[in-house]
Amino acid sequence: MPEPLLSVRDLEVSFATDEGVVQAVDGVSFDIGQGEILAVVGESGSGKSVSAMTLMGLTRSPNARFSGSAMYKGEDLISASDERLQDVRGAEIAMIFQDPMSSLNPVQKIGAQIVEQIQAHEALPDAQARERVVELLERVGIPRARERIDSYPFEFSGGMRQRVMIALALSCDPNVLIADEPTTALDVTIQAQILQRIRSLRDETGAAVILVTHDLGVVADIADRVAVMYAGRIVEQGSLDDIFYDPQHPYTWGLLGSITRVDKPRPARLPAIAGLPPSLADRPEGCHFRPRCPHEFAKCTEVPPLEARVEGGQHLDRCWLTVEQKRSDREVLPGEIGLRSKEGAPA
Amino acid sequence: MSSQPEPDGKLLEVEHLKLHFPIRDGIIFDRQVASVHAVDDVTFDLIEGETLGLVGESGCGKTTLSRALMRLLEPTDGTVRFRGKDVTHAGHKQLEPVRRDMQMVFQDPYASLNPRKRISQIIGLPLRLHGAPRDSIENRVRELLEKVGLHPEHLNRYPHEFSGGQRQRIGVARALALEPRLIVLDEPVSALDVSVQAQIINLLDDLQDEFKLTYLFVAHDLSVVRHVSDRIAVMYLGKLMEVSPAEELYTKPIHPYTGALLAAIPIPDPRENRRRERIVVGGEPPNPINPPSGCVFHPRCPRATDICRTVEPPLARYPSGHLAACHHPMNVTEDEIRAAERDETSPHGCGDELPKDSLETVSLPGSAGAS
Repeated sequence: MPEPLLSVRDLEVSFATDEGVVQAVDGVSFDIGQGEILAVVGESGSGKSVSAMTLMGLTRSPNARFSGSAMYKGEDLISASDERLQDVRGAEIAMIFQDPMSSLNPVQKIGAQIVEQIQAHEALPDAQARERVVELLERVGIPRARERIDSYPFEFSGGMRQRVMIALALSCDPNVLIADEPTTALDVTIQAQILQRIRSLRDETGAAVILVTHDLGVVADIADRVAVMYAGRIVEQGSLDDIFYDPQHPYTWGLLGSITRVDKPRPARLPAIAGLPPSLADRPEGCHFRPRCPHEFAKCTEVPPLEARVEGGQHLDRCWLTVEQKRSDREVLPGEIGLRSKEGAPA
Repeated sequence: MSSQPEPDGKLLEVEHLKLHFPIRDGIIFDRQVASVHAVDDVTFDLIEGETLGLVGESGCGKTTLSRALMRLLEPTDGTVRFRGKDVTHAGHKQLEPVRRDMQMVFQDPYASLNPRKRISQIIGLPLRLHGAPRDSIENRVRELLEKVGLHPEHLNRYPHEFSGGQRQRIGVARALALEPRLIVLDEPVSALDVSVQAQIINLLDDLQDEFKLTYLFVAHDLSVVRHVSDRIAVMYLGKLMEVSPAEELYTKPIHPYTGALLAAIPIPDPRENRRRERIVVGGEPPNPINPPSGCVFHPRCPRATDICRTVEPPLARYPSGHLAACHHPMNVTEDEIRAAERDETSPHGCGDELPKDSLETVSLPGSAGAS
């Protein structure tokens, strides 16, 4: 791979809470190159959003502790000053948030919100900034952009608001776009439109996209590479085809097995992963997935490192089983990847 | 209308149900200026023991419809019969015995449990309201907790001590408390993580077998309902577009809207996803205050022609028992079109004309690897 645009190493984030120290992100490392779409997949509490938000300095607070680095153009974002981050945010790295209903200012016209962001980074006269906003709104597919620029957020539907969020994120031509569950709040037909839009924007601008999602369907549709997170750690990382056709971690098998598919005959019963994800304030020792894993053995009480176990070197995972064991154990039915149920685990 | 004997296995009968929300305006004279056509002439039956999936995007009226069936809202027009008894305009007193038999599980497991009550109080409340003796309640609650896969010792905990999936189990236990016949599940797994969704769906499946329950399963997309439904109804802008035996809807969607819904679901299989031809439907659902003329889907439909803009299509019944309201159906043969009949559940205002052709020149958006 050429020089990565953004390189995250050993990122750790913890928060002091009443219940004790919550280790939300525990040693996350990844690279992302220009024009690449990296999907960060995980369930609630896996640390995927905290990782993404930390890159923008959005998790900074008196109770938060950070370590590790995130190198962007030779500069570490984790230790950068707040003032410096102000310049980076929006201009170099921009974010699309999950909930378009609550992430726009309800009492300000959408055009004015985007103009404000542009003028925070560039000395552009009002008329020109407005002209750019109209262009942006057209680019993200808002019809009659010249009229709609003076609308308030409540005058838009959810899908249209998410387009406004994307226009806002793109307003200063960022090099990295972080999208945190950008389509989760939307209907499927609108989701398809938005994903198509993100893909074509990547093609036009060459921006790198970090897509945080829980939906493996969305991942299969749009990502180039995938990182699967569980309880604060990346448990598996590889190309799209690695993750879907040669998954190495039992948690990934469980995720792949429990999604409902509309293109295959329906199984008599949906394979579920038994049990619940651990509390981040009290995680099991060793492999965090151990209590829910049917393939657990003695070695699992030691933390497995994230390393390449499969030939090729680009596909990393955190599981002690041998590659041969994994390839034979992950099939619940011939040709079908899933996780066996674990005997004696709570439902 | 008075109570009739329960006709052959029909637990719930809905006829030409309409629910319009008035929009009022005026300073001195309060007058109705328009109305939101949330549910617009919907007819269907629920057969004892079956699961009907009700699918549609936000704003299509699926939640309003399910609330009207539960009589949490009063219908504007049409009838709802539960076990042969007309409950369309029944008052509080008349509804009390009926409500025992119809329960609901809500979408948001965080908002639907009172945060200040213990689990025993939450699950025990319906029992108390319906006059169960005090000393029997605790045992019954323990029994219910066990049924939904929670530890009976959790009885005295508060909702915040549980995860989303566990809370949804509590919601299910509460719905089961009175041994209902019908449970309306309003997006019961939409707020949960995928691995937990599968657990809840499997639980609902087991409970249905054990207690012979009838489910109305409301959902916003077609992926989850497939695993629970015997039949699926697709709704758009207050109307039924298609009603089909569950499996057939996925292999042979007849209405282009269903095709679009299916095509829009990304398949978690990158190679399959790349191979499949996908038509992304443009636009958004129109405003239900002023729905389009003719077929309500025509402004977004790739197959729309003149007739679609002027005449509302009736629900045509195809030989397999599959209903679809479309002038230019997909995935049907010439023979099937000739054999189609106008179904008696068609809305009042629609045309009589049945489809003549299937426009097979247009490629099918929904046939995603489904042959």
